[in-house]
Amino acid sequence: MRKSLLTLMVLAASVSSAGLAQTAMAATGEVHLEEQEWGFDDFFTGTYDRAALQRGYKVYREVCAACHSMKRIAFRHLADFGYSEAQIKNIASEYSIEDGPNEDGDMFDRSGRPSDYFPSPYPNENAAKAANGVAPPDLSLIIKARHDGANYVYGLLAGYEEPPEGKELAVGQYWNKVMPGHVIAMAAPLSDGMIAYEDETPETVDQYSRDIVEFLAWAAEPEMERRKRWGINVLIFLAAFAGLMYCVKKKIWKPVY
Amino acid sequence: MANKERTPFENPVVEWVDSRLPVFTLMQKEYGVFPTPKNFNYFWNFGAIAMFMLITMIVTGIVLAMHYTANTELAFDSVERIMREVNGGWLIRYIHMNGASFFFIAVYIHIFRGMYYGSYKAPREILWMLGVLIFLLMMGTAFIGYVLPWGQMSLWGATVITNLFSAIPFVGDGIRTLLWGGFSVDNPTLTRFFALHYLLPFVIFAVVFLHVWALHVTGSNNPLGIDTKGPQDTLPFHPYYTIKDTFGLLVFVLIYALFIFFMPNALGHPDNYIPANPMVTPAHIVPEWYFLPFYAMLRAITFDIGIPFTDIVFINAKLGGVIVMFGSILLWFVLPWLDTHPIRSARFRPLFKIFLLILVADFIFLGYVGMQTADAKLFGVVPLIYLGQAATAYYLAYFLVILPWLSKNEKGRELPASINEAVLAKNK
Ligand code: HEC
Ligand code: HEM
Repeated sequence: MRKSLLTLMVLAASVSSAGLAQTAMAATGEVHLEEQEWGFDDFFTGTYDRAALQRGYKVYREVCAACHSMKRIAFRHLADFGYSEAQIKNIASEYSIEDGPNEDGDMFDRSGRPSDYFPSPYPNENAAKAANGVAPPDLSLIIKARHDGANYVYGLLAGYEEPPEGKELAVGQYWNKVMPGHVIAMAAPLSDGMIAYEDETPETVDQYSRDIVEFLAWAAEPEMERRKRWGINVLIFLAAFAGLMYCVKKKIWKPVY
Repeated sequence: MANKERTPFENPVVEWVDSRLPVFTLMQKEYGVFPTPKNFNYFWNFGAIAMFMLITMIVTGIVLAMHYTANTELAFDSVERIMREVNGGWLIRYIHMNGASFFFIAVYIHIFRGMYYGSYKAPREILWMLGVLIFLLMMGTAFIGYVLPWGQMSLWGATVITNLFSAIPFVGDGIRTLLWGGFSVDNPTLTRFFALHYLLPFVIFAVVFLHVWALHVTGSNNPLGIDTKGPQDTLPFHPYYTIKDTFGLLVFVLIYALFIFFMPNALGHPDNYIPANPMVTPAHIVPEWYFLPFYAMLRAITFDIGIPFTDIVFINAKLGGVIVMFGSILLWFVLPWLDTHPIRSARFRPLFKIFLLILVADFIFLGYVGMQTADAKLFGVVPLIYLGQAATAYYLAYFLVILPWLSKNEKGRELPASINEAVLAKNK
């Protein structure tokens, strides 16, 4: 009887939470996102693809960075991509960073250092808005800040369409099937062949999108690989410890029953 | 007082301390030989688990507070700094963030246990009421804590909930202004919320102490709901229940760890990773999952209460919602006097058991209603708001009509003569 009660509760809980997940999507009016395969999505062993991260960074740097800041990421963080210290120094030095004030009280430009954070394309939110109609959001957390973030951003980049018949768009507005409300102030940022990859990787919108999503997923959760690795150890330890305690409990309780 | 009946300890250091401050005697009495019914099931693990969660929250919270900055310009960035730059910061934050959820899971199960086995009945009324007080304090603490990272849901959730207070006649606006420290949820709100979020867990700790004290006066209830009649019905707490609690806790922590390490944001809302922006309202403001049933009851009252066919309104819809939401928990305080049936355990009250299990389903369903938009429909046809109202009605009826009625009219099954007999009969 006690068992049946527990089963009932577990059943009720799982049925309702399955329903919850479904209607949560319906509630936000999002279109159904196509599930892509992501190496970092694997529940227990997800990892980032180092080569994709490097390519994704290139896409960000050459395209998205013109409008989007990523102010939570520093050059030193790029060590996660397998870059050496010298390489990172080199990458950082290609950027010009505003620093100061110096002894005379003036701001000055210098070349970047590994400890610098990515510079933002606009000096402030208003400038970003004035240039684009809507301020482009910082991308450091974008994957965590959207439902099903990786598939969402991937879908968004490929989601541009002609607006339906009779739908007038203002200047600077575009139609995107994935964006909530479908009207977006960002023109399709990618086109085939626009970024030159150094190896044989196809230079297509699809490939660029996959790579930038990999990079953005890393930016949102740089700790993910370590988190999952530690997690496995913690689970194994807890399971073993719980098993041991179960045996001890059985032994102690034996004389009672 | 314990000094008089003190039995000396063999270890000279322990004895030296104990004869001056009898902490060892106290621990021995309350957690060593403490007589405990021998027929507990695993529902009895959740008190110890809740205690573990409280300590976990306090320890991780204090570490977070070392790195957190309570300022609207800096709060979000300081939390991200914890996630990215502080050594192990992501782990501390995910333990704390998911800890709130798992604390509520443990406490909800703990409360259900109390309701199912009639633990609120005499002589445990004060013990029960202290528990309800802890739950209310937890809700306050968690609500305030969710505001601290200063994401979009922090700001807008706080705005919705603090606005509720303005529904209270006469003093409502004053209370709201006091909570805000200004004219909207802003920097003064955040700083006072941080101060309170640091304080309240220690208040909870104090009430937990009283709760445990009361428990050790009356002794534990048990799945049969009958009193212990002598040593044959009980076991010393140690080692029997220390080992059982350890095992149960480890299983609980295993599931908790699964969330911390593999889906740390599954229970949260993505909008809280967008920095708070007073100029942009999120499409759909939802509270944390553990508040959803109460949020549904709040929104179920969509009508004014007054004299029908006139314009006279005693309670407008907003105040009605607030009364029902807070009332739904305040009812728990008087539960011992709503259910006066002499039998405690649902095992021997078949009717009570059915109504209580319906209440559990009803409560989960209310949680589902709470996370939908106000105009959502079930299967695209039935407006959810009506179902939410029906579920709210059942919730209130359970406490105000069904329990008093059952108290008078349910016959119940015959109780076993003693715990020992029941245990022996089962093991045959
Ligand atoms: C010409 C400027 C520009 C470029 C280049 C650009 N974006 Fe955007 N992006 C915007 C603007 C403006 C918005 C705000 C759109 C809105 O809210 O309507 C935006 C919004 C977004 C959003 C958020 C959509 C949402 O759900 O709110 C994402 C994700 C995004 N951009 C990704 C990218 C990526 C990835 C790239 C590089 C491949 C990129 N953008 C390049 C201007 C740009
Ligand atoms: C009853 C125990 C407690 C509960 C239920 C609780 C609940 C919460 C919740 C729900 C959050 C928001 C989580 C997030 O989204 O980040 C939070 C954040 C926070 N809590 Fe607590 N908390 C408790 C105890 C404490 C204590 C004792 C402290 C410190 C003294 C503390 C310090 C903080 C800080 C600094 C934050 C903001 C950082 C962050 O958002 O990660 N908490 N708390």
